[in-house]
Amino acid sequence: MDLSIRNVSKAFEQFPALRDVSLDIRSGELVALLGPSGSGKTTLLRLIAGLERPTRGAIFFGGEDASRRSVQERNVGFVFQHYALFRHMTVADNIAFGLRVRPAATRPSDREIRRRASELLDLVQLTGLERRYPHQLSGGQRQRVALARALAIEPQVLLLDEPFGALDAQVRRELRRWLREIHDATGHTSLFVTHDQEEALELADRVVVMSEGRIEQVGTADEVYDRPTSPFVYGFIGDSSTLAARAEHGTIWLDDRATGLKADGAPDGQGSLYFRPHDITLVDGCGGCIAGIVSAVRRVAGNRRVELAVGGGRERVEIELPADQPVALGGRIAFRPTKWRFYSDAAAAAETAEAVPPAYALTGS
Amino acid sequence: MSLVLAAPRWRWRRPSVLPGFGLTLGFALVYLSLIVLIPLAGVVWRSASLGWPQFWAIATDERTVQALKISFGASLVAASVNVVFGVIVAWVLVRYRFPGRRIVDAAVDLPFALPTAVAGIALTAIYAPNGWIGAPLVALGFKVAFTPVGIVIALVFIGLPFVVRTVQPVMEEIDREVEEVAATLGARRWQTISRVLLPGLAPSILTGFALAFARAVGEYGSVIFIAGNIPYVSEIAPLLIVIRLEEYDYPAATAIAAVMLAISFVMLLVINLVQAWSRRRFGYGA
Repeated sequence: MDLSIRNVSKAFEQFPALRDVSLDIRSGELVALLGPSGSGKTTLLRLIAGLERPTRGAIFFGGEDASRRSVQERNVGFVFQHYALFRHMTVADNIAFGLRVRPAATRPSDREIRRRASELLDLVQLTGLERRYPHQLSGGQRQRVALARALAIEPQVLLLDEPFGALDAQVRRELRRWLREIHDATGHTSLFVTHDQEEALELADRVVVMSEGRIEQVGTADEVYDRPTSPFVYGFIGDSSTLAARAEHGTIWLDDRATGLKADGAPDGQGSLYFRPHDITLVDGCGGCIAGIVSAVRRVAGNRRVELAVGGGRERVEIELPADQPVALGGRIAFRPTKWRFYSDAAAAAETAEAVPPAYALTGS
Repeated sequence: MSLVLAAPRWRWRRPSVLPGFGLTLGFALVYLSLIVLIPLAGVVWRSASLGWPQFWAIATDERTVQALKISFGASLVAASVNVVFGVIVAWVLVRYRFPGRRIVDAAVDLPFALPTAVAGIALTAIYAPNGWIGAPLVALGFKVAFTPVGIVIALVFIGLPFVVRTVQPVMEEIDREVEEVAATLGARRWQTISRVLLPGLAPSILTGFALAFARAVGEYGSVIFIAGNIPYVSEIAPLLIVIRLEEYDYPAATAIAAVMLAISFVMLLVINLVQAWSRRRFGYGA
C-alpha cells in the first residue's frame, strides 16, 4: 500500500507539532522517522494511524483519502513503545483480539482464528507461550506479542512507535535484526519512529530525518550520512565537528587564516564548516590548515579523541586520531578535513524565512 | 570453610532496616482482638447460651426472616446499583476535565462524612409523599418512602463512595494506549469497553461492591427514617435487634446478630475468593 502524506500540519492548542509535512512512501518499504524528542515524529505516526486528526493537509492510503476513515476502518497495525498488551488476556487471546472483534460477516471461524494466532506465534518465535499472560513475559517477548497482534489483522500499513525504546541494548539489537527479517518475509509497508540513529540507519530502507515539526531530509542511510543537506542533519547523524567560518574568493577562511578548503560556488559570507572527526589528515606546517591547541584527549575504543581549541580558544572541535599517534596536552596540531560541508548562513536564513528548498551547500572530497 | 548455604526455611520475617517487628505484630494482634474478635466472640457466646432449639426458633421466626431478607436483599440491590453508577461517576471524574470537577469529586465523599441520621432525614424529606421528589412520584403511582424502595435509596446513598473510591485509582492507572491499540485493531467503542476496560477493572469493582454491600447490611441511621419500619414489609434486621434490646430481650437480639454475622461472613468470604481469582486473572498491577 503506497502512502502519501500531503502538506500535513498539526497543532496542539497553538503549539505546532508538524509544519507542512509531505512524504511519499512506496509499498513494501521500511521507513524510519528519526529525530530528537519533540520533532513531531510520533505525531506524524499517530496521524497516519488516525489516532489524531491533521489540522491541515491530507493522508492518502493508495489513492484514497484516509481522512474519511476512522481508526477502526484504516486497518493499520500499531505497536507502542510500552507494548500496550491486554493484561487480562493470554498471549493467544491478545493476538486474536483484532480478528475476534470483527463483525460476524467478516470474522473468521473460531478454529481459523486459533490457527492464525498459532501461525503468528511461530512467526514471532514464541511457540508454546500462547497460554501465558503478559506479566509472565520478558520485555522483548511482550514486544513480539504486540507485533504479532498488529500483524494478525493483516494491516495495510504497520506503524511502530519507538518499538525497542524500552528494551535493553542486547535485546534491542536482536529484535532489530528480527524485525527486518519479518518485514522482508511479510512485505508490509512499515514506518517506525526512533530517536536512535544507529537503529534507523541499520534497519530502514529510507530514513526521514525530522526536526521541529519539519522534515529535514529523506534518504537512504548513505545519503543522510554522506550527503546531509542541512546543518541539522549533519550534526544529528553521526559525530561531527563544526566551526564558524567564512567563504571569500573561493576559499574557506577561519578569521584571517585560509583553511586551504575550496569554496567553489559558495557565495561570499559567513557560514558554518562541518566535518566528521575521523575524516581528517594531519598536516605539517600550516600553509592552509586548521590549527589548534590540544585541550583534552580521550581514548575511545581503537582511537583517540582529541579536543582542540581553535582560533585562540573561542571554539572547540573534536578530531579522531589513531591510538598510536602521540598527542601531548597543550601541544599544537594542524589538520585539514578530507570531507567537509560548508553551509552558508545566508542560504539557511532564506530557507527558514520562506521554506525555500534545499539549503545551499557545498561538498568537498 | 564450608560453602554450603543455609537450607531455605520459612522465616518469621525478612531482615529489614526498620526495627520493631515483634512489638508491632504483638500490638496489632492485641488490638484486633480487643476491637474485633472479642466483641464478635461475645455475640456468639451470648447467643449460644440460648440453647439450640430456642436459637433456631428465634432465627426462623417469621419477623426475623423477613427482616433479614429485607436487609440483605436491599443491600444487594443497592450495591449492584452503586456498581453501575459508581463506575460511571469514577469514569467521568478520571477521564474528563470540566469546570467544577473538584467539587463533584469532593461531593462523592459526603455520604462518608455526613451523620447517617442527617442523611436519613434529608432523604425522607425529599422522598416522602409530600416531598420534592416523592410527590411527583406518588402522582405517577410510585411510593418510595416507607417501602423497601426507600431502604434501597438510602443504602445507595451511603454506599456510593465505596465503589467510586475503589475503582477510581485503578481506572487512573489504565493506559490510554491500550484503548488506542484496541481501536487500531478494529474494536468499536463498546467492544473496547466490554472486552478491554471492564475485565481489567473487575477486581476493583468487586472490592467496591463488597464494601458497599457490607456497609449497607450494617446501616441503621439513614434507613430507619425513610423505611417506615413496618414489620414484615420495611423493617431491617439491625432495627429488629434494637427493638429486641429495648424489650430487654438480649438473647433474641444476639441471636439475630449472630445470624447476620454468619451470613455476612459467608458472603464476604465468597466475594473475597472471587476477587482473589479475578485479581490473578485480570488484575491491574498483577
